Amino acid sequence: MLSIDNLHAGCEGKTILQGINLDVKPGEVHAIMGPNGSGKSTLSTVVAGHEDYEISQGTILFDGEDIADLTADERAHKGIFLSFQYPVEIPGVTVTNFIKTAINQNRKVKGLEDMPANEMLKKIREKAALLEIDSRFLSRSLNEGFSGGEKKRNEIFQMAMLEPKLAILDETDSGLDIDALRIVANGVNKLRGKDRAIVVITHYQRLLEHIVPDFVHVLHEGKIVKSGTKELALELEKKGYDWIKQGA
Amino acid sequence: MDLKETLLSSYLAFDAQYGPQHKLQDQRAAAIEVFEQQGFPTKKEEDWKYTPLRNLIKTNYTVFPKEEVSLKLDEVKEYILQDVDTYKIVFVDGIYNAYLSETTHVGVDVCLLSAALTKPKYAATIKKYFNQIAAKDASLTALNTAFTKEGAYIHVPEGKLVEKPVQIIHFTTDKNPSLLLQPRNLIVVEKNAEIQIVERHQSLTTNESFTNVVTEIFNEQNAQLDYYKIQNDQTTASLIDSTYISQRKHSHAKVHTFSFGGKLTRNNLNFYHKDPEINSTMKGITLIEGSQFVDHHTLVHHAQPNSESHQDYKGIFAEKSTGVFNGKIIVEKKAQKTNAFQQNNNILMDDKASINTKPQLEIFADDVKCSHGCTIGQLDEDALFYMQTRGIPTKEARGLLTYAFANNVLQSVKIDSVKKRINKLIAEKLGVNIGFDV
Repeated sequence: MLSIDNLHAGCEGKTILQGINLDVKPGEVHAIMGPNGSGKSTLSTVVAGHEDYEISQGTILFDGEDIADLTADERAHKGIFLSFQYPVEIPGVTVTNFIKTAINQNRKVKGLEDMPANEMLKKIREKAALLEIDSRFLSRSLNEGFSGGEKKRNEIFQMAMLEPKLAILDETDSGLDIDALRIVANGVNKLRGKDRAIVVITHYQRLLEHIVPDFVHVLHEGKIVKSGTKELALELEKKGYDWIKQGA
Repeated sequence: MDLKETLLSSYLAFDAQYGPQHKLQDQRAAAIEVFEQQGFPTKKEEDWKYTPLRNLIKTNYTVFPKEEVSLKLDEVKEYILQDVDTYKIVFVDGIYNAYLSETTHVGVDVCLLSAALTKPKYAATIKKYFNQIAAKDASLTALNTAFTKEGAYIHVPEGKLVEKPVQIIHFTTDKNPSLLLQPRNLIVVEKNAEIQIVERHQSLTTNESFTNVVTEIFNEQNAQLDYYKIQNDQTTASLIDSTYISQRKHSHAKVHTFSFGGKLTRNNLNFYHKDPEINSTMKGITLIEGSQFVDHHTLVHHAQPNSESHQDYKGIFAEKSTGVFNGKIIVEKKAQKTNAFQQNNNILMDDKASINTKPQLEIFADDVKCSHGCTIGQLDEDALFYMQTRGIPTKEARGLLTYAFANNVLQSVKIDSVKKRINKLIAEKLGVNIGFDV
């Protein structure tokens, strides 16, 4: 589904990713771990299509298609979703209005009419329940004044609504207490499926106890320096990132 | 002949026709003298520093319409609120159009100023209120006073809650080339009375037109006024709107100004507090493009204690458009416990767009709460990217963010029909389909 080959990319003239290779198949959950500044967030931002980032070398294929020239919204239409580490506040747009707009814009490019209001409402209710979000929350301005947990729940709620093929979850565990972490992880787990791939980007092993990955990759200085199964995450937790840094 | 001279000589003709037998002759004569001395404001005057009238007054305007024009409803339907039952006072090229109007004298007077000025039964009200709050020394207001002939007259008697909003609509057609219109409105809301008013000036031609309108509003004790100005005119139509509101104890006056188009639009919105415990609200959305120009000059004169004023103006300027916001708040020494709030936020969509924004606070009391803030910025790039990752294309994302930016001004709009219309206009201006519940 996602096939990254020798990816070099960065922004403002600085190359941050120094040759990433990653292959993600439908149904798989990959975890990408790494110390601060290793390039984790850059990788997610580049795959999502931020226009400030430039690819200097290598390719990103999604379902076999090179997506380098697609804008972020076009990538979203193909089925790529990015859950932000720091979701942006949008005062004046309610959670409901925002997701309605997003859903209908995605339908529009597929030549579909707007989703009928009752269907939309039903879907919103169903997915909100999945993330234990109550209805009052839905009429608040998007992310404005939300707690860390509310922001991340809202990200996964949007993922549930948009039903992407590939979801990249960037530091979804940061700023979460134990209860929020459980709710968010539960939500993500319910969204796992044989046609959907998930890439979990995290600093800590903690999240991976709840969202158990099929593969774990360790990123260091813009390169994947180690890959393995979920045991690698535990080993990393025990030995710390210095273990990787020394090895590299 | 320049416009000033044209107007001065037109005044002689006007006075000869309407003057001698008229009660207002003295006031008119005094007013034309003020205009004669001051002429049109220039950029040398502080209040007009950023508002050039030079081009506006170059046109050779017609001061008196020569032709009475009839319009079919279908031609102007889109400019009249249809989905709500309203009273309507409609003028075409400055002349009252009975066919498009719906006036009343049942429970409330919604009629013509020309009638109120001439019929004896209105004489007492005219004497008490007419030209009592309008600035005597402001040249454009004086010019309007000198030519006072027609406009809307609304008198809401004590305790009357007028359920139907009143629409005051002025159309300009191409039958009278380059019209200069000077409507004069007088609105009196008596004790415990309540009314909603929507005002619109709409040119139906691409000829140059210039409207210099003056509105006097008297909000008596505990009166509630809700006033909406919809300004979405042709790029050849200019408007100078001077509105003067006098308020008495416990009254609340709210004015929303939606400025979405026109060549040059200047709003002088003035609130005068005559008693303690008064509430004044003024809100606005300006959304313009091309080389359009919109100027909001507000004044709240807090003269008595325990009163409040709230100002919230949002401006969105695309292409080469220009905005001005000048918010003057005077708090007299006596006006302790005043709470005055002023906010002006602007987004410049393009490099050549500009806004001059200035709070002007003159506070002589020591126990007051006054806050003001103005911001000028661009759309949040992070928010645009965030929205894109959800599949919302840049154009729609920009539209949505801009809409959201202006949105809270719409929250206080009480007439649903107005809210829907403004919402639709914003969506059209931004070129997006906002399928929002408002």
